Amino acid sequence: MTWVNLVIQGILLGGLYALFASGLSLIFGVMKLVNLAHGDLSNMAAFLALIVVDSLGWNPFASLLIVVPLMCGVGYVLQRYLLNRTLERGPMPPLLVTFGLAVIIQNLLLEAFSADSQGLDAGRIEDAALTITGRLAVGWLPLVTMSVAIAVIAGLQFFLGRTQLGRGFRATSDNQSAAQLVGINNQRLYGLAMALALATAAIAGVFIAIRTTFTPDAGSLRLIFAYEAVIMGGMGSLWGTLVGGMVLGVAQTIGSQIDPGFGVLAGHLVFLAVLAFRPEGLFAKQVAE
Amino acid sequence: MSLLEVRSVSAHYGPFQALFSLDLTVDEGETVAVIGANGAGKSTLLKTIAGLLPCSGGEVHFDGKAVHDLPSHVRVGAGISLVPEGRQVFPTLTVHENLQVGGWTKRLGPWTTDKVYELFPLLVKRRDQLAANLSGGEQQALAIGRGLMANPRLLLLDEASLGLAPIVVRHLYQAMPIIVEQGTTVLLVEQDIGQAVTIAKRVYCLLEGRVALTGAPNELTREQISAAYFGVRQR
Amino acid sequence: MSESRFKVVKSNRANRIALAAAGLVVVGFVSVPLWAQPSFQRTLTTYLCLLALAQMWNLLAGYAGLLSVGQQAYIGLGAYGLWVFADGFGLNPFLAVPLAGLAAALIALPTSVLAFRLRGGYFAIGTWVIAEAYRLIVTNIDWVGGGSGTTVTGASHVKMATRIPVTYLMALGVAVGSVLLVFFLLRSRLGLALTAVRDNETGAESLGVDVSRAKRYVYLISAFGCGLAGAVTYLNLLRIQPNAAFSVQWTALMIFIVVIGGVGSIEGPIIGTIVFLALQELLSDYGSWYLILVGAVAVAITIWNPRGIWGLITSRRPLNLFPLRRHLVVADALAPEAVKPEGSVGRSE
Repeated sequence: MTWVNLVIQGILLGGLYALFASGLSLIFGVMKLVNLAHGDLSNMAAFLALIVVDSLGWNPFASLLIVVPLMCGVGYVLQRYLLNRTLERGPMPPLLVTFGLAVIIQNLLLEAFSADSQGLDAGRIEDAALTITGRLAVGWLPLVTMSVAIAVIAGLQFFLGRTQLGRGFRATSDNQSAAQLVGINNQRLYGLAMALALATAAIAGVFIAIRTTFTPDAGSLRLIFAYEAVIMGGMGSLWGTLVGGMVLGVAQTIGSQIDPGFGVLAGHLVFLAVLAFRPEGLFAKQVAE
Repeated sequence: MSLLEVRSVSAHYGPFQALFSLDLTVDEGETVAVIGANGAGKSTLLKTIAGLLPCSGGEVHFDGKAVHDLPSHVRVGAGISLVPEGRQVFPTLTVHENLQVGGWTKRLGPWTTDKVYELFPLLVKRRDQLAANLSGGEQQALAIGRGLMANPRLLLLDEASLGLAPIVVRHLYQAMPIIVEQGTTVLLVEQDIGQAVTIAKRVYCLLEGRVALTGAPNELTREQISAAYFGVRQR
Repeated sequence: MSESRFKVVKSNRANRIALAAAGLVVVGFVSVPLWAQPSFQRTLTTYLCLLALAQMWNLLAGYAGLLSVGQQAYIGLGAYGLWVFADGFGLNPFLAVPLAGLAAALIALPTSVLAFRLRGGYFAIGTWVIAEAYRLIVTNIDWVGGGSGTTVTGASHVKMATRIPVTYLMALGVAVGSVLLVFFLLRSRLGLALTAVRDNETGAESLGVDVSRAKRYVYLISAFGCGLAGAVTYLNLLRIQPNAAFSVQWTALMIFIVVIGGVGSIEGPIIGTIVFLALQELLSDYGSWYLILVGAVAVAITIWNPRGIWGLITSRRPLNLFPLRRHLVVADALAPEAVKPEGSVGRSE
């Protein structure tokens, strides 16, 4: 296992984390909401995919066709009818409510599916590898994952920068009451933002479920990884989140090589180091206020 | 029937009452100014009309329909556009994007980004700059332009001159006749009585949440206006 | 020339009644080892520790505005601190408890430097990551038993007839102590500073309040309290497992207890613990459903009744069982007790 191989694996893993993190970034960017239930919602999507795969016999990738729209609906309803009520009341209510939601979702999944490890079988792609040189081989699945992550982030950037709805998201994030004055319905807009964010979370959740086994309580760790990616990358920058994810992925991969139990901790330590020496992140956006 | 009818409107900020059963009308095509000292309730009035503040009493009718129960974003679609106090442009959006967002409701009318640039040529060279980097006067022009992009029937202007140098204010107000020419009705709030009186056909003077004086500028004497503005009883 | 007609009084009749009642309750609790079964004492020990934890979380979140999802770090550190001092250094296990609390506070100091680099929701996640880091570090240290944990043999060697009551009394001490600690803290200058910060941070800073220092003190105190409670809890349980000691479940419990009882009041966490105790005993057979219910109730309360049960009780008549408010009294023969709460220290809305 050469170091180059490790680093590449880490980078590709980072793509997955960035995919998780992009939804979080979006939600925080538009609504200033820190969603502590994001990891568990993503996990819920994986379980939904499991249901689709088991009952319809589809390939997990195909199940996204059902799971993503479903999660969009969940996101819209959740935001519009529950989370919107916590906004404009200070930083605590959204945190408390999303934390409560996380606990509820985890335990609902536990009741519905038991604590057993589950997996999504995507067939031969899971083991197939692309041989680049004699000693360098890269798995197809990580490559596809990374490509999807880049496509999603590029898509989000394009959406935010070039479409009227994207401009609406940015305007509302800048000044919520002025946004109302141009005719933007904030409540609806937040619902759409959450729907979009959960779509990315669903994709991420299914991809990670294909890559490794998952359990009902897997959401917490995913949330932590996603936030580590966002904070390291610098809040406010989607591409920064990608880099943050890659840094985390590389740290974890190299860490697991040193010792199998050390991977996750290595990631935490690198995160804490970035926090200590460059708390604004590696690519924080600076805007004159 | 007037375009805007404010009937006995009261408004509160928490326990503090800012407007007391206020009546006001604006006819289509008119330019009406609301003047008054700080705290008289002028901005409160505009916010109530625009829907940013609920009225605790009374009714607001626009184009014959009751709008006082409608949320503010719906009123924009109905044709009311407020250029708020303090300009409140979107700082991380460019000038052009600010204008584009202004057209959110896709209302039909004469105002397009090109027409706004014609009205305020100073914005053209700043087109792709972030609104946060503009000067006060440029931001005010942008805010007005953004308000116009909603193609409103009624444009509400809140303290457009606030914090701006007199020469900048003069430039801004030179745009007003052009706006009025397009058929937009304007209700503006001003502390700068000079400008207000110059362009308005009618004036309301507010004092402590009530109308103290109303009439056409050429019918009111300076003494009357001062007395109403400052609340000094006339001898 | 009459002397001043006004004076500031810190307590009123409601306070004095409550104080007397509380005194009786505490005496009742102290007597428990005399008449109760050991298993009952152990159950009470758990709940008393939870009360202390709830007070500490409330202190941090409700008064200093620091919502931490990582206090379990100090519970775990307190637990392992207990083992280190009792087994590692061979000290008396009961003495090891306060030492463990101090150790937790000491570790909290450099930790706070890191954690305070983040704000709001990101601070919450940051504290969680830090707790996870501590958990993983401890899991990797073989001396304390690594991933499979360890037993506090220094305590298990003490006779049960002594160990259980003493542990219970320590838990009672920690619980009562936590309530008193929060109370006296809030009456102090630091408490006034905290209220100012909570209401308007920038305003407080411009008045000369050292905001970050105030928050840091509270963070350290909360860590100390959590460390103590963790040490006593594991003195009671005897078996320490890193995944349990550092589990985010602790935070979930603290949050639910405080939210249901009422954030930002001393009475709230007390009520919350009682409600939690009732729910736990009634629903423990239902496994995850009970957590789902508790979570749903907490969410509902946050949205529709954010001041919790205590908020409901006091919504009609403002009531402060703990004398935290300062009352302006008009010294007049006709009106011996005017009611004009001035400079109230405590949740004002």
